Amino acid sequence: MNNTWIILGATSAIARAFIRAEAEKGASFILCGRDTDDMAATAADAQARGSTEARVFPIDVRAPETFAPVIEAAKNIVGTINCAVFVGSMPEQSEIDADPSLIDGVVTDSFTGPANLLTQLAPIMELREQGTIVGVGSVAGDRGRLGNYVYGAAKAGFATYLSGLRNRLGRSGVHVLTVKPGPVDTSMTWGMKMPAMTTPEAAVADILKGVEKKRNVIYTAKIWFPIMTVIKLIPEPVFKKLSF
Amino acid sequence: MQWKTDTYAGWGRALTATGELARPERSRNITAEGPAIGNRRSYGDAPLNSDGKATDMSRMNRIIGFEDGIVHVEAGVTLGELTRIYAKKGYMPTVMPGTGFATVGGAIGMDVHGKNHHHAGSFGQHVTEITLRTADGDKTITPADDTLWRATIGGLGQTGVILSAKLKLTPISGGQMQVTETRAANWEQHIERLDASTAPYCVGWIDATAKGDAMGRGIIEEAEVTSGDYEAPKGGKKVPLDAPSFALSKPIVKLFNTAYYNRVPAEGRTVNRSFEQFFFPLDKVQDWNKLYGKRGFHQFQCVVPTNQVDALKAMLNAIAESGLASPLAVLKRMGPGRGGMMSFPMEGYTLAVDFPARDAAKDLIKELITLTAAAEGRIYFAKDSMATPAAIAGMYPEQTDWADAVNAADPDLTFATDLTRRLNLRGAK
Ligand SMILES: Cc1cc2nc3c(=O)[nH]c(=O)nc-3n(C[C@H](O)[C@H](O)[C@H](O)COP(=O)(O)OP(=O)(O)OC[C@H]3O[C@@H](n4cnc5c(N)ncnc54)[C@H](O)[C@@H]3O)c2cc1C
Ligand SMILES: NC(=O)c1ccc[n+]([C@@H]2O[C@H](COP(=O)([O-])OP(=O)(O)OC[C@H]3O[C@@H](n4cnc5c(N)ncnc54)[C@H](OP(=O)(O)O)[C@@H]3O)[C@@H](O)[C@H]2O)c1
Repeated sequence: MNNTWIILGATSAIARAFIRAEAEKGASFILCGRDTDDMAATAADAQARGSTEARVFPIDVRAPETFAPVIEAAKNIVGTINCAVFVGSMPEQSEIDADPSLIDGVVTDSFTGPANLLTQLAPIMELREQGTIVGVGSVAGDRGRLGNYVYGAAKAGFATYLSGLRNRLGRSGVHVLTVKPGPVDTSMTWGMKMPAMTTPEAAVADILKGVEKKRNVIYTAKIWFPIMTVIKLIPEPVFKKLSF
Repeated sequence: MQWKTDTYAGWGRALTATGELARPERSRNITAEGPAIGNRRSYGDAPLNSDGKATDMSRMNRIIGFEDGIVHVEAGVTLGELTRIYAKKGYMPTVMPGTGFATVGGAIGMDVHGKNHHHAGSFGQHVTEITLRTADGDKTITPADDTLWRATIGGLGQTGVILSAKLKLTPISGGQMQVTETRAANWEQHIERLDASTAPYCVGWIDATAKGDAMGRGIIEEAEVTSGDYEAPKGGKKVPLDAPSFALSKPIVKLFNTAYYNRVPAEGRTVNRSFEQFFFPLDKVQDWNKLYGKRGFHQFQCVVPTNQVDALKAMLNAIAESGLASPLAVLKRMGPGRGGMMSFPMEGYTLAVDFPARDAAKDLIKELITLTAAAEGRIYFAKDSMATPAAIAGMYPEQTDWADAVNAADPDLTFATDLTRRLNLRGAK
C-alpha cells in the first residue's frame, strides 16, 4: 500500500538520509521547507532511488499561513500518511544573550511552528487510524545547560508536546516517536568539537528501527541514553556549578 | 559557508595539509574560494590545499535526473552508489576505478580509467555535460567548449568547482560478473596473456615480491557482465586503529602474495563475482590505508608505450629486488583513450605498486619516475607524491596549453592545490 511521508525540514542532512532510506522502499513524499531549489534536487534524488512520487512545498514554520497547501495535500493522500519533523535552529547562546528577540525564532523553529502544523495534521491522521509521526528533539532538551539553554528549552517544549500528542493519537492507532539525537555530523555541527558524534545515516537507521518497533522515545547514538540518564540524575545544586 | 581549520590527507596519508575546509550540503552554500575535493581517494597531494581553503563535495551527492541512459548527478555522488542504484535498473557506470568511493567530481578531475580502458577509454570520454562554479559564476560546458572542456577533464579541479555532471551509463544484460582467472608463471606469460585477452574487462595482479624466474608471476582476471541478479553489498569491515608497522612486514607480504597466487588452480577457473567484488575488491575493508600505520604509504603508477614493455620489466625487477613492495601490484593494458589535456592514459601498459613510506622506498620511487621518463611514459597524478617539476618534464605534452587555459579561467590561482604547486603544473615552462 502507498506510504507517504510529509517531511518538515527536508533540507536537513538527517532528513535527506531519512528520505533516501524510505525512497528505496518506494515511499511517496511531500517535502516541506524554505529552500525550494535544494528540495527539488532531493525530490529528484528520491525518485531516482525508487520513490513513487516526491513533491515540494515551500513552508516557513514562522509563517503558519504557508501550511495550508500542505494540509490540503495531506487530505488528498491515498494510503498511509506519516510525518517526520526535522525543523530546528540553534544560534549560539551568546548571540541570543546579545539579542533576546532571537528567542522567539528559536522557539518557533524548534517547537511552536512544527507543533502548529502537527496539530492541524492530527485530525486527518486520526481519521485514517494509522500512520507514524517522528519528531526530532535533542538531548539538549533533557536538561538546560550553559551552552544552549534556549534551544534546549524549545526542544524540551517540543518533547513534551510530542508526549501529549502520543497520548492523544495512540487512541486512534497513530504512533508518535520522539527522537533525541546527541551530536550528528551535519552542517549544524560542522567545525564544532563534540563527543559521541553519529552520522546522519546511523541516526536514520536508529529512527527507522524505532518506527518499526513502535518505540516511544529513542536516543541516537544509543550511548546518549545512559549519558542523559546520569546527567538527569545530577542534583541541581551540583549541576548548576557544572559547565560543559 | 562555514569553514573549519583541520589537518587532512590523501589516501596514502604520507602527505598532509592544514587549512580551512567547508562541507556544503546545499548548492547555494558552495563558494568558489578554493579547490573542490571529493573523497580524497587520490593517494598524494592532489586533494590538498595547505594554508588555503578547500570545499569537500562529499555531501553534494544527489541524482538529479535520468533520461535515455544518461544520468545527471551532483559531483559528490560516488561511483559505488551509482552502481548500487543503477545495476538493478540495467545500467552501470561505463568506467570504474578500483574504488567505489571515488566521486564523480574526482573521477572527472583525474579522468580515471578502469579495467576496460583498452575498450571503453577513460571516464571523461563518457561525460556529456559539466556545470562549474567559478569566480565569474556558474558555467555549463559540453565537449563543444573545446579548450575549457579538455582543460576540465583530467584537469585536477583547476577550472572550478564541478557542481554536477551528466554521464553516459552502459546498459548491462545482467547483475553479476563472470570472471576467469588464470595464472601467469612469469613476466613474459603475464604480458602474453594480457595481450591475448579479448574480454571487455582485464587486469593482471602481480606478485611484486617474486624474483628471478618467477619475476612478474601473478593472476590475470578477465571478466564480462553475466546474467544473475544484482545484489547490493553488505557493510564492510573496518580497520579500527593505525596498524602496528609490522603488519605489512616483508615475510607477511610474501606470504600474502603466495597465497593469492596459489588460490587459483594451475589450470585456471571461472567464477561468478558481484560487481563490488570484481570492481572494488579493496573497499570490503574500509580504511585499509591504516594498515600501513601512521607514516602512511606511497603508490607508484606509471604508463609506458607498448614498445617499452622491456623498460617496464626492468622497473618491476628493481621493485622485486628491493623487497620494499607491498602485496598490491597491478598491471593493465591501456588503450589510447583519454578525455583531456592532462589525462594520464596512453596506449601501452600501466603498472601500480604500493610502498610503505620509508626512506628506501622513496629513493626507489624517484628512480622509477626517472625510468618512466626515459621510457617516454608518464606517472599518474592521482597516485604521485614524490615527483618534481624536472622529473615530469615532457611527460604531459599538452601541459603548457593546459596551463594557459586554466590560468585564463582562474587567473588568481584560487583552485591551485599542493600537487599543482609541487609540480609547478600551472607555472611557465
Ligand atoms: C583502492 C583504490 C583504487 C584505485 N583504482 C584506480 C583505478 O583503477 N583507476 C584510476 O584511474 N584511479 C584509481 N584510483 C584513484 C582514484 O580513482 C582517483 O584518485 C579519484 O580521483 C578519486 O576520487 P575522489 O572523489 O576521492 O577525488 P579526490 O581524490 O578527492 O580528488 C581528485 C582530484 O579531483 C578534483 N576534484 C574532486 N572533486 C571535484 C569537484 N567536485 N570539482 C572539481 N574538482 C574536483 C580534486 O581537486 C583533485 O584534483 C584508485 C584509488 C584507490 C584508493
Ligand atoms: N546536528 C546535530 O548535532 C543535532 C543534534 C540534535 C538534534 N538535532 C536536530 O535535528 C534536526 C535536523 O538538524 P540538522 O543537523 O540536519 O541541521 P540543519 O541542516 O540545520 O536542519 C535544520 C532544518 O530546519 C529547517 N528550518 C529551520 N528554520 C526553519 C523555518 N523557519 N521554516 C522551515 N524550516 C526551517 C531548515 O530548513 P531551511 O533549508 O529552510 O533552512 C533545515 O531543514 C533539527 O531539528 C536539529 O535541531 C541536530
